[in-house]
Amino acid sequence: MTNTITIDPVTRIEGHSKITIQLDDAGKVTDAHFHVTQMRGFEKFVEGRPFHEMPSLTARTCGICPVSHLLASAKACDGLLAVRIPPTATKLRKIMNLAQIAQSHALSFFYLSAPDLLLGMDADPAQRNIFGLMNVNPELVRGGVKLRQTGQQIIELLGGKRVHPSWIVPGGVSEPLTEEKRDRILAMLPEAIGLAWTTYEWYAEEVERFKDEIESFANFPTLFMGLVSPRNTLAMYGGDLRVVASNGAVLEDRRPAEEYAEIIGEKVEPFSYLKSPYYKPIGYPSGIYRVGPLARLNIVGHPGTRLADAAFEGFKKLDRQSSFHYHYARLIEILYCLERTEQLLHEPDILSKHVRAEAKPNAEEGVGVSEAPRGTLIHHYRINEDGLITYANLIIATGHNSLAMDRGVLQVAKRFVNGAHLQESMLNRVEAVIRAYDPCLSCSTHAVGQMPLEINLVAPDGEVIDTVRR
Amino acid sequence: MSVVTLKIDDRDVSGRDDETILEIARENGIVIPTLCYLEGLSIAGACRLCLVEVKGSSKLLPACATRVSEGMEVSTQSERLTHYRRMIIEMLFAEGNHICSVCVSNGHCQLQDAAVALGVDHIGVPYLYPNRTVDASHELFGIDHNRCILCARCVRVCDEVEGAHTWDVGARGIEARVITDFRTPWGDSDTCTSCGKCVQVCPTGALFAKGKSAGEMMKQSEFVQYLVAMRGRQS
Ligand code: SF4
Ligand code: SF4
Ligand code: FES
Repeated sequence: MTNTITIDPVTRIEGHSKITIQLDDAGKVTDAHFHVTQMRGFEKFVEGRPFHEMPSLTARTCGICPVSHLLASAKACDGLLAVRIPPTATKLRKIMNLAQIAQSHALSFFYLSAPDLLLGMDADPAQRNIFGLMNVNPELVRGGVKLRQTGQQIIELLGGKRVHPSWIVPGGVSEPLTEEKRDRILAMLPEAIGLAWTTYEWYAEEVERFKDEIESFANFPTLFMGLVSPRNTLAMYGGDLRVVASNGAVLEDRRPAEEYAEIIGEKVEPFSYLKSPYYKPIGYPSGIYRVGPLARLNIVGHPGTRLADAAFEGFKKLDRQSSFHYHYARLIEILYCLERTEQLLHEPDILSKHVRAEAKPNAEEGVGVSEAPRGTLIHHYRINEDGLITYANLIIATGHNSLAMDRGVLQVAKRFVNGAHLQESMLNRVEAVIRAYDPCLSCSTHAVGQMPLEINLVAPDGEVIDTVRR
Repeated sequence: MSVVTLKIDDRDVSGRDDETILEIARENGIVIPTLCYLEGLSIAGACRLCLVEVKGSSKLLPACATRVSEGMEVSTQSERLTHYRRMIIEMLFAEGNHICSVCVSNGHCQLQDAAVALGVDHIGVPYLYPNRTVDASHELFGIDHNRCILCARCVRVCDEVEGAHTWDVGARGIEARVITDFRTPWGDSDTCTSCGKCVQVCPTGALFAKGKSAGEMMKQSEFVQYLVAMRGRQS
């Protein structure tokens, strides 16, 4: 008899999902899947819309990382206009993206993952959240809140609105940066950088405690993909695509965004609405790759700013195949984002009034790629001669990772799930694997703390033979 | 022409007998919500948002299209009027597809403003989600029929001020749409002079200048009254 254990929904990730663990007669795990059961249909319903609406339309794909969609979309629209946007506009867009990544990483690390890390996977679920964390390590929590705030405040200062700013437009940005705002942002940064560094130092020691998790958290060889700058450093906004094998061999390099379809194939699996992209030259499913913080740090020579580079020395000593180290990578990236923002704000032309290129569409096709907090984000549009969208393809970061997430769930389930009885701690480890990827499941649910968790034990004939709720 | 005196909201006011209730109300700083009315254009009476109560009349009358008369007693505010005005706004939203957050006119839209002013915080009638199109064939402008409230301001300004008469209202009832020439794509129009007056007078995000992103379309319709006034002086 085959039993199916379903964990539904996974708590403390952004969005809705469930996990199914397949058992054989002996109660051993044979298969595991991470389902995304939501269907957004954005690509379909944007057809026929004027392309200028795309940044704000697609920003609604996600309430957590709208800025990332705005950027990838605006870049794709720049492609349709076939313009080179003013250099200051590029820098301002970069700052917005860095702020977004920093605040999102802070949310992921401090609010969603730190409870597991600090209180232990086996802690009482009622305590295992940011509020419980507050009792144990208030300083860490306060630092995390401050870091998140800093990112959000930068976004607000630049775009006027924290969520869905319409400041990023095809051709550049709609308003230049004022001296006053620049100085306000610059004044916030030293404290934030200090906090990020303290957290990093603390975590670099703490990480030793998680030997088991590091070994079993989606720790398997995959390819890594992301954007990289010509100087071999992190590129969150510009740069070209690079794909690196688990042994460090560079499989693709300096691939401009427009060529994404030559290296990425997309497969639709029956159990999920998430498309599963794979590396084309290797094929499906062996062409499994990961994106996001871990991948980005695995493909670059070094991050490219002072403190992030220093922290990277620690990262290099880690087992860089383990998805557990997404957390570590996130902390390095927070440092990078803040330091890089400081650099950009000191650029002499950052206050230039020339921030928008005006043009009519000059190309029928445009591709925009940028790094979102969770990984490479690709927007690809085609328009008709009137400028109305005829085709749109969005590859979101969580999509890239979907194969790796499946594999990761299976690996953890094999190790921690045995028999048809589920313990809280073992379930949590399965969930924590998913959470390590910080999947943003195209949904704006803010699930801080405990959500109801339901586990169904299903026999092959579909009968629910056991249900656990908490 | 003679001078008449009347009461609006219990205030004694006076005006010429060829003026409308709306004109006199505005002269006296009394606010009546409007959508299809635009100073300088002919009266359409299309939206019915300006309905008022007139003593002795069991029907509600559109302030923009009703002449004043001696001894008239008008009230512009009542529970009944607010109820109907809200319902009109709700129906306008429900019969189109208004996604304000991504609309070029977000924050500068007269439909949106009217909804806010009237306290419309939900739509009580079912949405129709009609399948309407966007015509972006014109080089400079576009029309998104999803956001058109059929106020016919574009039709009137094009005919009465620009003299081109490119726009018309075609079909009936729920199928009604503004059309260019004989229902041909705007970009193919022989009559359109590309002056952009229609875009400027359109109260919503239906008519827009191409290249504008969400919230960027700010319209200036005051030119109509000046143009009309100046021409009046010349002739
Ligand atoms: S036209 Fe006005 S009401 Fe309609 S979507 Fe645009 S802003 Fe909203
Ligand atoms: S396009 Fe604008 S001006 Fe013309 S009828 Fe529609 S809403 Fe009124
Ligand atoms: S303003 Fe009077 S009917 Fe529209």
